[in-house]
Amino acid sequence: MGTLTEEIFSYKLGRAVHEGETVVVDVDHVMSHDTSTPLAIKAFRELTRHTNGRVFAADRSHIVFDHIIPAATIAAATLHRDIRGFASEQGIAVLQEGICHQVMPERGFVIPGSIIVGGDSHTCTYGALGAFATGMGSTDIAVAYATGRTWFRVPSTINVHLTGTLPFGVYAKDMTLEIVRQVGVDGANYRAIEYTGEVVERMSVSERFTFCNMAIEMGGKAGLIAPDAITQEWLKGRTEREYPMLAAHNPQYERVIEIDVSKLPPLIACPPDVNNVAAVTEVEDVKIDQVFLGTCTNGRLDDLAIAAKLLQGRTIHPSLRMVVIPASREVYLEAMRLGYLETFVQAGASVGTPGCGPCIGRHMGVLAPGERALTTMNRNFTGRMGDPTAEIYLGSPATVAATALTGHITDPRTFL
Amino acid sequence: MSRIWMLGDNVNTDVIIPGRYNITTDRTELARHCLCEVLPQFPQQVQAGDVIMAGHNFGCGSSREHAPIAIAGCGVQVVIARSFARIFYRNAVNIGLPVLICEDAVLASSDGDEISVDLETGVIRNLTTERSFQAEPLNPFVARIVAAGGIINYVIAQGGTLQ
Repeated sequence: MGTLTEEIFSYKLGRAVHEGETVVVDVDHVMSHDTSTPLAIKAFRELTRHTNGRVFAADRSHIVFDHIIPAATIAAATLHRDIRGFASEQGIAVLQEGICHQVMPERGFVIPGSIIVGGDSHTCTYGALGAFATGMGSTDIAVAYATGRTWFRVPSTINVHLTGTLPFGVYAKDMTLEIVRQVGVDGANYRAIEYTGEVVERMSVSERFTFCNMAIEMGGKAGLIAPDAITQEWLKGRTEREYPMLAAHNPQYERVIEIDVSKLPPLIACPPDVNNVAAVTEVEDVKIDQVFLGTCTNGRLDDLAIAAKLLQGRTIHPSLRMVVIPASREVYLEAMRLGYLETFVQAGASVGTPGCGPCIGRHMGVLAPGERALTTMNRNFTGRMGDPTAEIYLGSPATVAATALTGHITDPRTFL
Repeated sequence: MSRIWMLGDNVNTDVIIPGRYNITTDRTELARHCLCEVLPQFPQQVQAGDVIMAGHNFGCGSSREHAPIAIAGCGVQVVIARSFARIFYRNAVNIGLPVLICEDAVLASSDGDEISVDLETGVIRNLTTERSFQAEPLNPFVARIVAAGGIINYVIAQGGTLQ
């Protein structure tokens, strides 16, 4: 009985669990990437110096290289080498085929009713498949690697209920930005967010990933969508495991936010906060130096498809640069087969190997002083993509593609 | 003498330690760049025992543990905020960086004030204004981790498991 979060914890612990309780729980999978693993290894060595020094389960421990791949500096290459050594010693396969939050679900490591912790704040993405997934720091991850467990204070839940019909030219990312605008950057602090309503029930898994990915931008511990036939269809062929189709039952939500999406316009999150959301039409004069299409938020096939549709047979504006990075090898290959990558290359974009790319300002499109970028990322914090005086705007793939054509923030409906 | 370094709301992890410095795990190296883009003088001027005070949602953004490590590396004895982002809060507790929630203390204090903090009782004394405040008590589980000096010590004390 209760919220989807309470149902998952109750299922895992075999008894009724209520929000507010502090529990220790087994985790199904643990993940860390090339930036969070080094500190996790350090902590893991300390933790296991009196025990057997092995991770709890090598087949449920995952290390994904995505933040700086291929290695951009000697320091990064050295970190990678050291992590590979640890992984080899433990029998853990290092995955280097895309962004961790895309690869984990693609590989079938996420099923409804599971509890997953990852060394990255956007681990909440997997809640789209009805799992309780949350980001943690490296030491917490080391504890999970060593013990197969973690502790939680079971969060209360904010319900975001979406109704209506999404207008033409408006997408999951726009709805997500509207949610962040209404909830605020810490409006969901320490809470789970459960997304419900007819709009959510019609959404593809890719769109659900976009939603849940940004739960953390409101301070959310997790973002969840109850599994349904769409979830089951997506999971076919990805996992052999049985999983429970958990759902909320008479949930007591801390707060319910009703959103009618029928009147939403395309939206932009303006720097330096994610909840600083405006209609595209309000910021159409903003000149952009670089557009970036990719990331765990919007780097999937449907995202690339919309952008390719707008850019087909056209070239990007000479005043800006474009970077396109498919979120995973699977997405990259399919986008290649469908001709999207050729469209981007012909348009003048730089198309990169699957990974986080310029999202964290390390490589593949860093920003110079005073430059402005429009991206499909989830964060627009000052200095994130390069120089601290550079500015980051966030939008949907359609808005990013339309902007690529004009050189300034552009309503995608102009081109659709 | 411990002074307060006062910050505002929503101080995110990119501000605490810019992403490009996360190539190192060394506490001293990270400390050299702590808050460098918003307070360029902080790394050179901060003294061991100083206190960071902040508004709402301190430490929001990334889960990178480099953030509390950079702060601890500067010798900051405690971060007192009106509220913390949850991943940062957990990370700080885990690595043994004391964190206290106290709206009143933050609202009644100013940058540069002298301060004394009793981490056991959570009593915060602003020596400049001569006012005292009581921080919120810790979640009992969190209190056990803090008492152990961080989660690594806690788990080792339990024989390598978590209960």
